[in-house]
Amino acid sequence: MSTLEIKNLHASVETPEGTKQILKGVNLTINSGETHAIMGPNGSGKSTLAYAIAGHPKYDITEGSVFLDGEDVLEMSVDERAKAGLFLAMQYPVEVPGVSVSNFLRTAKTAIDGEAPKLRTWVKDVKVSMEQLRMDSSFAERNVNEGFSGGEKKRHEILQMELLSPKIAVLDETDSGLDVDALRIVSEGVNRVKENTGLGVMLITHYTRILRYIKPDFVHVFVNGQVAEEGGPELAERLEAEGYDRYLVEA
Amino acid sequence: MTVTDHSQATADTAHSHGLGTPTPDASRADRPTSWDVDTFTVPSGREENWRFSPLKDIKPMLQAEDTDGHLEWDIPTLPEGVTISDIDTAAAQERSVRAPGDRASAVAAAHSGGARVLSIAPNTVLDEPLQITVTGTGQDVRGHLLVEAGASSEATIILERKGTATYSEFVSVDLAQNAGLNLVLLQLWDNDSVHAGEVVARLGRDSRLRGSVVTLGGKSVRLNTSAAFAGEGARVDLFGLYFADSGQHQEHQLFVDHAVPRCTSRVTYKGALAGKTARTVWIGDVLIRKEAEETDTYELNRNLVLTDGARADSVPNLEIETGEIAGAGHASATGRFDDEQMFYLRSRGISEDQARKLVVRGFFADLVQEIGVASVEESLMKAIDAELDHVNEELAEEDA
Ligand SMILES: Nc1ncnc2c1ncn2[C@@H]1O[C@H](COP(=O)(O)OP(=O)(O)O)[C@@H](O)[C@H]1O
Ligand SMILES: [Mg+2]
Repeated sequence: MSTLEIKNLHASVETPEGTKQILKGVNLTINSGETHAIMGPNGSGKSTLAYAIAGHPKYDITEGSVFLDGEDVLEMSVDERAKAGLFLAMQYPVEVPGVSVSNFLRTAKTAIDGEAPKLRTWVKDVKVSMEQLRMDSSFAERNVNEGFSGGEKKRHEILQMELLSPKIAVLDETDSGLDVDALRIVSEGVNRVKENTGLGVMLITHYTRILRYIKPDFVHVFVNGQVAEEGGPELAERLEAEGYDRYLVEA
Repeated sequence: MTVTDHSQATADTAHSHGLGTPTPDASRADRPTSWDVDTFTVPSGREENWRFSPLKDIKPMLQAEDTDGHLEWDIPTLPEGVTISDIDTAAAQERSVRAPGDRASAVAAAHSGGARVLSIAPNTVLDEPLQITVTGTGQDVRGHLLVEAGASSEATIILERKGTATYSEFVSVDLAQNAGLNLVLLQLWDNDSVHAGEVVARLGRDSRLRGSVVTLGGKSVRLNTSAAFAGEGARVDLFGLYFADSGQHQEHQLFVDHAVPRCTSRVTYKGALAGKTARTVWIGDVLIRKEAEETDTYELNRNLVLTDGARADSVPNLEIETGEIAGAGHASATGRFDDEQMFYLRSRGISEDQARKLVVRGFFADLVQEIGVASVEESLMKAIDAELDHVNEELAEEDA
């Protein structure tokens, strides 16, 4: 049983026009097995929240705390956070020329576990996971994210999540830009990992569509760097009908 | 007509200079070549071919004086069809494919006391690479070397240079008809060496030259390669890999001279730079003369700047005198080590040091494969890792 506890988190970024405050006091607790949907309009700071948790150097944490099972996440380096059990599926995964997917996955797995995986089980695990995500085996020899379609990039993120077995995963708009088939494959992957490992999920999304495939336990409406409203799955239905306008007027 | 086409060139302007400056020479073809040192004045540093060079380090090698130093040659048992012999200066001039193209190599040829010739007899086919190691023992050395690949011969020659020396050289590479030569020059000098070299190749009809240059060591290395086509149907592939740390200057100037029809050239040079005072220079000149119809040429230079302060210059020049070409292009790009790549890899648990290794290995991987010699590939990857360990240590010290 793991808990990610975000308290009063404030984050800013340096821009040519000066310091820009993006996160303005985020409170959120995610336990193993739970799925929290974070829904909000573009520009509300959802990706910033994801990056702040993962430790992206661009964002300065000016106030607040993040703890994973009592350990201070903000004190950890980026790779230490991953080793502690955090995973971020990125909205825009990065290309790494000259580094094959298979080399990347093996290096990451070895780093997370602190030892190289047993070759035979590893090869099998990769193969099974790729098959379930409908990824052709030739994928393994391609360079990380280079020339991948949008859907391929997102499936590759979920592949990593499955193989690295984190405690808590932040999925940043993993659904955006996917057609229904790809959305279903990706959602099945997330549900499978949840079932097998008791993963806790922060599901950042702009659209309600993915919530038909991944059932959230909690829904948080994210506006202007803060959680504006919280509720159960019914809140998502209301958002689907009404959109974010109500919150934007208030803000 | 002089064409400098940069449609495919991109560069981080902060770290690349001179991109797109056409050579002020009327044509690359007009540069003199001569055995007479006095044809070349002592460079001031303003000349096109010297403007990026570390003249302070090279200066001693520009004096027209004999030296008594030599490199130690470690020559394995030679396979049948291969000979190594020494010839006098007159014979060396006679047998070289052309005269030197700058003062440093003219001095090297004039004051080397003759030349050493590695000769591959016609129709000889070597199954194994032939590796020769020369070691500097702290001396001031002038050298003149000839590599002669006989008609329809096939060989891989690896020439490794290590140790400490102040070394200048003129290397003539002669490929007779239909010869295939894979020539690998490894500059693995100790960090106090200075090396100025000119390698000039002539490709006979249907011959194939793969020329690879790997420069990792040395304080200053300025190694210029020219390839000239003398017969139709020939192909040259010139590969270069370099890695400069703080205090190192690594310069590679290329010139491919398409003087006959239906020849192909590919130039691919890649470099990494780390450390505040790391410095690299790449100048790639390609000349397609009026007679050289159906030429196919492409040259590429990419630089990866790993830390602040390092500077890579990259200057491609394509000069086309005929409209009847099959293809001609070039690309030059100098990029910073990408923080987003670093973040992505580290967010998967991979440490900073290891992430840097992955990215740099990835950057060089295809090039290392192209060199096409298994033993060299392996030791190169190890050498690149060692360079990176060094970089990682330096960065850790800076952070501390
Ligand atoms: N690195 C950055 N530099 C400047 N502005 C940024 C940066 N990252 C985010 N922002 C700004 O912060 C706000 C929130 O961005 P983001 O977290 O990407 O929102 P969301 O993911 O909800 O669309 C936006 O106005 C965006 O332009
Ligand atoms: Mg976003």
